Amino acid sequence: MDYLTCDQVKFSYETGENGESHEVLHGVSLGIRKGEFVALLGHNGSGKSTLAKHFNAMLLPSGGKVYVDGLDTMDESLKIEIRRRVGLVLQNPDNQLIASVVEEDVAFGPENLGIAPPEIRRRVDDALKAVEMYDYRLNAPYKLSGGQKQRVAIAGIIAMQPDCIVLDEPTAMLDPRGRTEVLDTIHKLNREKGITIVLITHYMDEAVGADRVVVMDDGKILTQGTPREVFSQVQLLKNHQLDVPQATELVWRLRSEGYDLPDCVLDIGECVDALEPLLKSSSGDSYVCP
Amino acid sequence: MFVLETKDLTYTYGAGTPFQKTAVDHVSFGIEKGEFLGIIGHTGSGKSTLIQTLNGLLRPTSGSVLLKGKDIWAEPKKIRSVRFQVGMVFQYPEHQLFEETVLKDICFGPGNMGLGTEESEARARQAAKFVGLDEDLLNQSPFELSGGQKRRAAIAGVIAMDPDVLILDEPTAGLDPQGRDRLLEQISQYHKVRGSTVVLVSHSMEDIARYADRVLVMNKGKAVMLDTTEHVFARGRELEGMGLRVPQITSILLYLQEKGYPVHPVLTVDEAVEELRPLLKKGRVQHGS
Repeated sequence: MDYLTCDQVKFSYETGENGESHEVLHGVSLGIRKGEFVALLGHNGSGKSTLAKHFNAMLLPSGGKVYVDGLDTMDESLKIEIRRRVGLVLQNPDNQLIASVVEEDVAFGPENLGIAPPEIRRRVDDALKAVEMYDYRLNAPYKLSGGQKQRVAIAGIIAMQPDCIVLDEPTAMLDPRGRTEVLDTIHKLNREKGITIVLITHYMDEAVGADRVVVMDDGKILTQGTPREVFSQVQLLKNHQLDVPQATELVWRLRSEGYDLPDCVLDIGECVDALEPLLKSSSGDSYVCP
Repeated sequence: MFVLETKDLTYTYGAGTPFQKTAVDHVSFGIEKGEFLGIIGHTGSGKSTLIQTLNGLLRPTSGSVLLKGKDIWAEPKKIRSVRFQVGMVFQYPEHQLFEETVLKDICFGPGNMGLGTEESEARARQAAKFVGLDEDLLNQSPFELSGGQKRRAAIAGVIAMDPDVLILDEPTAGLDPQGRDRLLEQISQYHKVRGSTVVLVSHSMEDIARYADRVLVMNKGKAVMLDTTEHVFARGRELEGMGLRVPQITSILLYLQEKGYPVHPVLTVDEAVEELRPLLKKGRVQHGS
């Protein structure tokens, strides 16, 4: 059974005083398996953040159902249980850190859950080690870089031992190094701790490493599949003003001019491997999709 | 002559304290009138400190900043006028909107310069056009605008001062790819039409590659490269050593170049297609797509 289930989810924001509303999710159905790494793509206003906020009962559907580990998010009495299972990391790390010492910040969540102090100590240490911020445990959060702050925010979630972490554009405000740090951390948590990841991002290259990519457009799922399946639909994505990785676009452009290139290229290495056999001075065999 | 120039510019935070840190270290460079200059460098490289010295928000610890050949700190009392001539758009400028209406907000800068209401409003309307804000939004409260519109309004407020140099610090942070492209396209349009000098600080190498004529690379407080965008990104491996990236497309061509193929590390997908086409083997296979 799926760990997160959306069944025909609709959501409307109230806009006017006289009860007018604006529907931003038009019946989305989606299942996410335990341990899966899912990237949610789409431009602003596509409904991706709104959908993500349904995964820990931050928002409740105005139609349809959302289940987390089988728990109905509409059931108010289950809210705490749901939030223990699914942690949310937001875009701006400065809005998420509250304590003046890194380890105190990480301890905030487990303290709220009423966990015994020795256990909190253990969880905080483990969480900081998992995001490679243990050496900074006594530092002040405001002195950290953006990438470091975001990893502390993630540690604060991990210390609550969730099954799933939903990250809403966690790298949008970071420099390239910070982005890499945060992405490496998320992948490690997924791989080593089996934490289910839902990563919302604008960056196509961040989505390439996911098990599955779900593309949202205008409150609906436009397409989904493995990164290779999704990014091979270059024309569809372009029609909806979505980017594809430059490596994919280059090969697609040359392919559409008639050159014998595969439609599966996702990253720099694959692009180079695919182009090389076609270059005049080379004698390599043509590229076979992995 | 350079419109803006630094000579041996050094800025030290907390000078004389145990926390002393030199953020900008003997930097000398010049910005040509009318150019579009990109500044890159990872967090902590000194680029934000550098741009704050350029419009006199920070006073250099040593060295100087010359605006049209004149030291901006020659008469400290006149530093305010420097800030009209070197307009600065900070990160997340929409956090600084405060007026009742968008129009009033955009007029704030020109008003501070001592211009009358009529002239201020004329400039504000023109600035709003440059950033693509609809006329009918001007009488709304800035807080009713969308995130992207707020950002445009804030940028218009600086453009309305008609600065000689417009400096933008990460103007597209947090925008989606569509919003990013539209905003940069408008800034580029402003640059072309007005012929004004634009300095773009960005983490996005793709954006820098697409718009900048030249690029200044900051690393550990020093200006380590200043050259045309093509030449800077051709040194991709050195940039990677500084924690920077090159655009993915440039990286692909760098790999092919390193493997001995006669390609140039170009900056955009369009250029890459042109670069590769003559090198690819004929005998095309038609794909039935």
